Amino acid sequence: MDVKLTINDIPLTVPEGMSILDAARTVNIDIPTLCYLNLHEMRLNNHIASCRVCLVEVEGRRTLAPACSTPVSHNMVVKTDTPRAIQARRTMVELLLSDHPKSCLTCAKNLDCDLQALAADLGVRNISYEGEETEFEIDKSSLAIIRDPNKCIRCRRCETMCNDVQTVGVYSAVGRGFETVVKTAFDLPQHETSCTFCGQCIAVCPTGALMELDQVDKVWKALNDPTRYVIVETAPAVRVALGEGFGLEPGTIVTGKMVAALRRLGFDRVFDTEFGADVTIMEEATEFMHRLKHGGRLPILTSCCPAWVKFFEHQFPDLLDIPSTCKSPHEMLGVLAKSYYADTYGIDPQKITVVSVMPCVAKKYEAARPELGQDPVTPDVDIVITTRELCRMIREAGIHFERLNDEEFDHPLGESTGAAVVFGTTGGVIEAALRTAYEWLTGKPLEHVEFENLRGMDGIKEAVVPIEGRDFKIAVTHGLGNARTILEKIQSGEAQYDAIEIMACPGGCIGGGGQPYHHGNVEILKARAAAIYEEDRSKPRRKSHENPAVIELYKNYIGEPYGERAHELLHTSFTQRPKI
Amino acid sequence: MCDNPSPYNPYQQLDRYIDGLPYKKENLIAILHHAQQLFGYLPDKVQRHIAARLDIPSAKVYGVVSFYSFFTMKPRGKHVVNVCMGTACFVRGAEKLQQEIEKQLGIKTGQTTEDELFSLDSLRCIGACGLAPVMMVDGKVYGRLTHPEDIKQILDEYRESLAGDREPALKEGTPS
Repeated sequence: MDVKLTINDIPLTVPEGMSILDAARTVNIDIPTLCYLNLHEMRLNNHIASCRVCLVEVEGRRTLAPACSTPVSHNMVVKTDTPRAIQARRTMVELLLSDHPKSCLTCAKNLDCDLQALAADLGVRNISYEGEETEFEIDKSSLAIIRDPNKCIRCRRCETMCNDVQTVGVYSAVGRGFETVVKTAFDLPQHETSCTFCGQCIAVCPTGALMELDQVDKVWKALNDPTRYVIVETAPAVRVALGEGFGLEPGTIVTGKMVAALRRLGFDRVFDTEFGADVTIMEEATEFMHRLKHGGRLPILTSCCPAWVKFFEHQFPDLLDIPSTCKSPHEMLGVLAKSYYADTYGIDPQKITVVSVMPCVAKKYEAARPELGQDPVTPDVDIVITTRELCRMIREAGIHFERLNDEEFDHPLGESTGAAVVFGTTGGVIEAALRTAYEWLTGKPLEHVEFENLRGMDGIKEAVVPIEGRDFKIAVTHGLGNARTILEKIQSGEAQYDAIEIMACPGGCIGGGGQPYHHGNVEILKARAAAIYEEDRSKPRRKSHENPAVIELYKNYIGEPYGERAHELLHTSFTQRPKI
Repeated sequence: MCDNPSPYNPYQQLDRYIDGLPYKKENLIAILHHAQQLFGYLPDKVQRHIAARLDIPSAKVYGVVSFYSFFTMKPRGKHVVNVCMGTACFVRGAEKLQQEIEKQLGIKTGQTTEDELFSLDSLRCIGACGLAPVMMVDGKVYGRLTHPEDIKQILDEYRESLAGDREPALKEGTPS
């Protein structure tokens, strides 16, 4: 049923149950919000009205109403721009600021902070309230996420993301009243919890309370050490998001400019994680066929996503034998840089520093996993920085990013196919695997390489792909809550699949916790996904096994995919971890 | 306590209680009440146990425990002394009463004596305003407490009655 009301004297008719906030947006009135966050595609709806920043006047009501959580009613008269409402909203922000550090200039979230933007928009010129300020310890225990509860405004977006969307449940509001703050169980250091380090809490935090571990200075140090041979690799999702940091439209492909910028920063070689992705397909497709041939356990699950890997280690320790044993693409590239490339060009692997630029926060943690290295002093990847951190390095170096001419990745670990590009968005890994597995199983060329029904933002996507008279049941899921649903169905025997792709972040890597902030605009993620598919279409080769540099690698160095040398370098193992 | 499965093992008693509930996750608060009765307090280990049994994150259990002042994560004394800080008691000198008890027990409000005999807390109005100022020991109300000697006499009674039959409070390390 429809409801008639007026907002600022504008008459409007909206569906019953709609909030005042959404109703106002239909007539182009933006009521400011802070704690509120509705990411429909991710099934995240945080409308706890804790910040009181969206207060409006409703005729006949004694008190002001929070627009985000007050549904419209018939003949309602709403005023959003009265002096009382404006002053109340300003007061709310002042109260929040009275117990918030005033160190904006040195905060990592400076100029990207929702609270800061709100204070500017609402014309807060003075903080009239002075009083007690809470003091909490900063949690620097993890290798990926830094948590500073002093900057927390108790909006609980992180908690909603972690509990409702990701079903990991690391955070809870703890305590009562003024003392309340979002914490881990028993105040455990983050690295001792079941945190997957997906970084989606960072992606939705409106302030600097949740940030990635900053490793920019470590990279600068390596670049300026003449004894180090510094190799950089970049994930597919970085090239479709990095431009946003320089004011370019979301979805702008900046591959060539990114390569040019990296060379100017001083990297000795600019390689592409997509080469690692093509190698991943060689290994994973072979592993899949091996399981089919030898009656191995199905479904095979992808293992590219380190947050997903940590999730199943904690939450589904009984299923540790079904994920593929493949290392993730950037780890594969790292180990190949320190073995194949080092051997071929006569470089001492001990002198190589591999820096990965990732859309991801969990990759920082992954790179430090002790099993991901040839020996304790030779990790496959040395340093991981996020898209945001690379953006900052380019600014620090004073490079005019937008004006750079396109450049190409270095040979040989910079060669890639369209199959590797699509790794960057949900559904891409399985699509890439199918392009290769189909041709290997049938011996025939695959004409139509685009698997439309595995694409898009639906939480769980399914497809049946007939190959040589057998129907292959495929599923794709993104967001750890969706992953949990599918794994529980496998555990109970309710669902049977042959292969499943799982990515921890909504949208896949394009929506990673290390990407430029989307500030609640999911259209940005869709634009990045569209750019990924555009980049795929522009590639002359679109199947991983057709990558000439990959063919050469196997011919001259690795031997058979999934063979002995491949196992040594390109495969890994998983560990049971407690659920906390 | 020992390792063999005894019917008095508090973890087993707690599990039996949980097993008997038709809805489990929905009854977290009731389960916490029961656990606090069994253990005397709610240490991390008990909270983790409940989280595992209900298949919910420990952070959620901890969030609830930390919200309600009735729940305590520290061991409590055999007897809980509560001073009423309601309006009537307050104007009749509840603060003085509280200070006197703190002095006699040698602890602050919220703490437990070293011999684990007494814990001291405060609460708001128990409906005995005519007797203000009042304190409650376990469930029993004592009123018109304006003389330090009266307070001492009451506390001594609890000390004496317990000299013979005291059981040690359960420690966090009790095996499950």
